[in-house]
Amino acid sequence: MSYISTLFPAYAEIFLLCMIAVIMIADLLLPSQTRTVTYLLTQVALLGCSLITVATHTTGVAHLFTGMFVDDLMSDVLKLLTYLSVSMMLVYSRSYLIVRGLFTGEFLSLTLTSTLGMMVMISASNFVTLYIGLEVLALSMYALVALQRDSAVATESAMKYFILGAMASGFLLYGMSMIYGGTGSLDVQTISNVIKAGQANDMLLVFGLAFLVAGLAFKLGAVPFHMWVPDVYHGAPTAMTLFIGSAPKLAAFAFVMRILVESLQPLMIHWAGMLAVLAVLSMGVGNITAIAQTNLKRMFAYSTIAHMGFLLLGVLSGTLDGYSSAMFYAVVYVLMTLGGFGMIMLLSREGFEADNLNDFKGLNQRSPWLAFMMLLLMFSMAGVPPTVGFYAKFAVLNAALQAGHLTLVIAAVMFSLIGAFYYLRIVKLMYFDAPESHEKVYMQPDSTLLVSINGLAVLLLGIMPNTLMAVCAASVQQSLLLP
Amino acid sequence: MTSSLDLSHFLVLGAVLFAISIVGIFLNRKNLIVLLMAIELMLLAVNTNFIAFSHYLNDVHGQIFVFFILTVAAAEAAIGLAILVVLFRNLRTIDVDDLGTLKG
Repeated sequence: MSYISTLFPAYAEIFLLCMIAVIMIADLLLPSQTRTVTYLLTQVALLGCSLITVATHTTGVAHLFTGMFVDDLMSDVLKLLTYLSVSMMLVYSRSYLIVRGLFTGEFLSLTLTSTLGMMVMISASNFVTLYIGLEVLALSMYALVALQRDSAVATESAMKYFILGAMASGFLLYGMSMIYGGTGSLDVQTISNVIKAGQANDMLLVFGLAFLVAGLAFKLGAVPFHMWVPDVYHGAPTAMTLFIGSAPKLAAFAFVMRILVESLQPLMIHWAGMLAVLAVLSMGVGNITAIAQTNLKRMFAYSTIAHMGFLLLGVLSGTLDGYSSAMFYAVVYVLMTLGGFGMIMLLSREGFEADNLNDFKGLNQRSPWLAFMMLLLMFSMAGVPPTVGFYAKFAVLNAALQAGHLTLVIAAVMFSLIGAFYYLRIVKLMYFDAPESHEKVYMQPDSTLLVSINGLAVLLLGIMPNTLMAVCAASVQQSLLLP
Repeated sequence: MTSSLDLSHFLVLGAVLFAISIVGIFLNRKNLIVLLMAIELMLLAVNTNFIAFSHYLNDVHGQIFVFFILTVAAAEAAIGLAILVVLFRNLRTIDVDDLGTLKG
């Protein structure tokens, strides 16, 4: 067998890298305001990646590059969802960015490099590859946020994002160095085996673990490491906010799984307690602070913090149900965020951002269909049945309850109730308040279609969540080699 | 030859460098360039740790990781300085205290 054919688990990454080069060159040769060709090439690259990922799927777990890279069901599922959400992000943000002169070749190629980073993160099974994937993602993201270079707010938020992101990487690396010192290995599987065999230095491990958890919390945006989230969400152009809030959370979930669960599972008694504190604080601070916000992007930022608390609650349960419900939650969260920010971009026009609560007043009179879609998305975020957000919360709470975290579950339910207030406030503004302007909403055909699919998907998945849940459970089970 | 330096000395050096960089990030209220320097220092502290462990464990992987960290640190510095230049063009200042328009 030739060397090239042994690389098949990484074909999707290699293909994407080639396509990034092609798109960068094509963008130089085909200058235009709308970038139709390069935009289509980008979508083709994502479609090609998904076909390759499906074609190279094997029922087993394939390791590559002496165990640095792993291809299992979890990585395939998360990668497919990543392509889908990046592709949706491009559709939502295209006209928004064209109007603002930001739909450039750099935007498309940086989007794809960050996608590559996410794919590497999802498939990494060594601290080196985990770190490289994380940095490929993060460095592209810093540049994306700063893309609107004549805006003081966007560059300020890029600077904050950069500094806190770099500091989080420093924390993660410091933790990794301690784990390396304690176990003598950087490989996820070997670390787990060494700890299980009792050959590791416990003091170094726990010391390193604290730094690792702090770094992960920074990246996820969990309280008390959440300071950057509202500023970056608020300051960045909405298209970039949508991107930061969506696909990277899937990669972050895989990252947490590979580090905390696959390699440091034997230390669960230590990290479960840390995650519990982070989860409760995130749900509390996120939901309560969101009430005070008048800017929708900022409100969604705090709601993200609260959602990350829920995700951590699933992970800290430490059971198969817990992990699969956390994965389900991540997927659902990404779907809702795409819809929410997509709606803001759909209602924005040239020189006008629909990112204030008042911009949603009386939306029902201006466009009943869009108002209904926003209603579905808000119900889902609040966790109102029969939308999928309810089922996601229910699954996480159920798993946490099975694992015996009764107080955490009670706190989570209380904070969700508080959180329901600010989601339902938007519904009230849309349906029961008079609009501030009677201007007709210009409905961009592709985004309108996508937002409708997005909204209805939230409803349909809520009625039939079993398939997605089964996929999540199967992927977690395979990658953790659980019985 | 016996050396009077052992692993713990290098770990303490790493921890001190790391602590200095954290203090540099949180207590520095004047200049963004100092902040970028603190971030570089943080990565160097981690590198010290990795090399010390790698030598002590007689395992080469830690040193290879250091090469990757150095490369990423270079790319990170490039992006950080680029953002700094753009920020200076917009605000005409690189004072940390002036980065306060986003609040809430």
